Amino acid sequence: MIERYIEAVSSYAGDIDGLINLVHVIVMTWFFAVQAIFFWLIFKFKAKDGVKAQYITGEEKYQKKWITIPHYMVLVFDLVILVAAIRVWVHVKQTLPEADAVVEVTGQQWAWSFNHPGADGEIGTDDDIETVDELHVEVDKTYHFILRAHDVLHSFSVPVFRLKQDTIPGREITGWFKAESTGTYDIQCAEMCGVGHGVMYGRVVIETAEEHAAWIASNQ
Amino acid sequence: MMSQTESADAHHGEHHEEGFVKKYLWSTDHKMIAKQYLFTGCAMALIGGWMAYVFRMQLAFPGEAVPGYGLVSSAEYNSLVTNHGSIMIFWVAMPVLIAAFGNFLIPLMIGCDDMVFPRINRLSYQVFLLSAIMLLFSLFVQGGGFGGAWTSYPPLSSEAQFSLQPLAPSLWLGAVALEFVAFLLGGINFIVTLMNSRAPGMKMYDIPMVIWMIVLASIIFMASVGPLIAGAIMLLFDQLVGTSFFDPNGGGDPILWQHLFWFFGHPEVYVVLLPALGIVAEIIPVFARKKLFAYKTILYTAMATGIISFFVWAHHQFIAGIDPRMANVFTVTTLIISVPIAEMLFVFIATLWGGSIRLTTPMLWALAFIAEFLLGGVTGIYLGASGADIYFHDTYFVLAHFHYTFFPIAIIGTFAGVTYWFPKMFGRMMNATLGKIHFWGTIIAFNFIFIPLFMLGAAGQHRRIYSYELFPELAEMQDIRVFATKALLVMLAFQAVFLFNFFRSLFWGEKAPVNPWRSSTLEWTVPSPPPHGNFAVMPTVYRGPYEYSHPDREEDFWPQDEAPKKLTD
Repeated sequence: MIERYIEAVSSYAGDIDGLINLVHVIVMTWFFAVQAIFFWLIFKFKAKDGVKAQYITGEEKYQKKWITIPHYMVLVFDLVILVAAIRVWVHVKQTLPEADAVVEVTGQQWAWSFNHPGADGEIGTDDDIETVDELHVEVDKTYHFILRAHDVLHSFSVPVFRLKQDTIPGREITGWFKAESTGTYDIQCAEMCGVGHGVMYGRVVIETAEEHAAWIASNQ
Repeated sequence: MMSQTESADAHHGEHHEEGFVKKYLWSTDHKMIAKQYLFTGCAMALIGGWMAYVFRMQLAFPGEAVPGYGLVSSAEYNSLVTNHGSIMIFWVAMPVLIAAFGNFLIPLMIGCDDMVFPRINRLSYQVFLLSAIMLLFSLFVQGGGFGGAWTSYPPLSSEAQFSLQPLAPSLWLGAVALEFVAFLLGGINFIVTLMNSRAPGMKMYDIPMVIWMIVLASIIFMASVGPLIAGAIMLLFDQLVGTSFFDPNGGGDPILWQHLFWFFGHPEVYVVLLPALGIVAEIIPVFARKKLFAYKTILYTAMATGIISFFVWAHHQFIAGIDPRMANVFTVTTLIISVPIAEMLFVFIATLWGGSIRLTTPMLWALAFIAEFLLGGVTGIYLGASGADIYFHDTYFVLAHFHYTFFPIAIIGTFAGVTYWFPKMFGRMMNATLGKIHFWGTIIAFNFIFIPLFMLGAAGQHRRIYSYELFPELAEMQDIRVFATKALLVMLAFQAVFLFNFFRSLFWGEKAPVNPWRSSTLEWTVPSPPPHGNFAVMPTVYRGPYEYSHPDREEDFWPQDEAPKKLTD
C-alpha cells in the first residue's frame, strides 16, 4: 500500500511493506463488506407505511450467531495479522545481524550529528568522520547504529528504510539497517523536541563502495 | 401523562423562584449543571476549532499570515497543536459526553429527582470551570502556551532550558490535574447515583445502555487516572523544585512518564468512546423502532473492553526504547481489543435488521458514527501490528486514525446526543432541514479532511512539523495539504448552520411535546424541559428500555413505567 507513496530502500523495508499490505487487504475487505451490509440494511428497512418493525431480542442462540460468527472470524484474522506482525518485529527490532560497520547517531536540539568510521573501518578511532545533518552509508552493507540524545527525546526516523527509533538522554540504543540501493533521502526527527522540531531534518546519502571510499578520503 | 405534568408544576411552583445567580451559576440541579458543562464544552470546542483553523492554514500556506491571526511562529505552532489536542480531549469530549450527558440523563433515565450528591456535583463543575480558565490563561503567559505536545513527554516538558517556557508547562499540568479532580468528583456521583437511586423495578438489565456506558466510563476513568495524577505531581516537582524523577542526569527515567501517561491515556480513549456508543445505542432503537439487539452482549463487551483497555497502553511506546520483547505482549492485547469493539458495532448493525428506519437528524448522526468510527477502528489494526507501527508511528497515519475515532466520538456523538435530547433539554424542537444541511456539510467535509491525511501518513509525513519545506520528499505533496485545509474551512463554515439552528430553536423553535420521538425510556415521561425535581410522581419501572414494536401491542413503543395491563384491569 505504501510503496505507492514512498520508495523502499532497506533490506527490511520489503518485510514491513508486506506486512502492511497483508493488514491492508484483510482490513479493507472487512471494512467494505461491513459498510456494504450496513448501507444495504438502511435502505432495505427504511420505514414504509403500515409495516411494523420486527420484534427481535437478539438474545436467542440462532439470532446471536449472526454476530458471534463474524466475531470469531475477526479473532482468526487478528491471529493471522499477529503472527505476521511479530515475525517482522522480531526480525527488525529484536535481532541484530552481524555488522559490517558501525555509525553513531546523536540527537540534540535541533540537529542530527553522525559519527562515521574512517578509512580503518572502526568507530572510536582518530580518523572518525563527524558530520551534522548528513549520514553517509555504503550500499549493501549491514550497519549498526548507536543512538544517543543530548537533551530531550528525539526519534531517528528514515522513512525509506522503514526505520524509526526514539532516542533517550542517558541511554544508548543499538539497532541496524542495510541499504539496498543508492540515493539521497530524508531523515526526520519524529518525536516532539521543542521549538525547532520542524527544522530538525537530515539526509542519508547511500553510496557505492567506490563513492563511499572517495567520500572518506576527502574527509581525512 | 398530562395529569403528571400539571401536578409537577403545581407541586414545584412555590419553591422554585430563584435569583439569576442561584438558578444559572450556583445551581445544584443536575439539569442546570449539565447545561453548564454543555455550554462550556461547546465554547472550548470553538476555541479548539479555531486553533485547528490557524495551524492548518499554516500547513497549507507556510509562512503566510493567517487571516484573523497573523504569522505563525514555530513556537506558536507547537502551542496550537498541543492545546488543540488537550482542549478537544479534556475540555470538550469529557465535559460534553460524560459530564453534560451524564448529569442530564442519569437522574432522568433511572427515575430519580437529582444526583445523590448535588453539592459535589456543583463543585465538580466549578473546579472544571477553574481548570478551563487556567488553561486559557496559560496561553498568554511569558513564553507562550505550552508546546510540548498533549502527551507532555519529559525532559522537554520538565525543563525550561529545553522548552524555553518557564511558566506554561506547569500551568498546563495544573489545569489538567484540576480537570481530573472535577471528573473524579463527577464520577463518584454518577456511580453512586446509578447504584442507589434507580426507580423501583429497574433491574440491572433495565438500565438504559447510555447510562451503563457513562458509568462504566467513570469507573474506567477513576481506576486509570491515579497513576497519572501521581505522575503529574512528580512532573510538577521536576518542573518547580528540581527533583529528577524523569531526568536521567539525576537518576530518573523519561520513559517512566510515558508508562504513567499511557496507562491512563489509553483507557481514556474508551472513557470517551463508551458514552458515545451509549448515545448511539439509545438513538438507533428509537428511529429503527426496534429492540436493541443482544443487550447483554453489548453490556458485557463494554465491560470486557474496559478491562482489556488497561493492558494495551505500551502500544504507544513500541519504538520508544522499551524492551523490544515487551512489544510482542502489547501487540497481542491491542489486536484482541478489536474483538469486543467489532462485536459492538456488529450488534448495532444487527439492530437495523427488520427495523422501520426513519432518517431523522439524530438518526443520521448515529448511523454516521458507525460508518465513520469503523474506519477509525480498522486503521487501528495497522498501528497495533507492531511490525507495521515501526513505520507508521508518529506519522499523519496515526493522526488520521485517531481523528477517525475521536471525531465520531466527540463531534458526531455529541451532535447525535444534542439533536436527540434537545427537545427535552430546552423544551423546543430543532429545525430538521437545517439539521440535515449541517449533517451532510460536516460529514462530507470531514472525510475530505482526513482521507488525504492518511495518504500523507502513508508517505511518511511526520507529526507536529510547522512546515515541510525542509523535507524534499514531503514538500512535493503540498497540494494534498492545501486540499485538506480547504475541506476544514468548509467543515468549520457548516458549523455556523448548527449554531444558528441551535440558538434560533432555543428561543423560537416549535414547542416540544413530552415525547416527540415516541421513545420508551423514562426521560420522555416528564415535561419538556423537566421541572426541578423531575418527576411529579416517582415512576415505577416494569420493563427494559427498548421494547419497541412488541407483537402484543398496537403502539410501537412501550414506556418503561407503563403498568402492565393485568394489574390495572
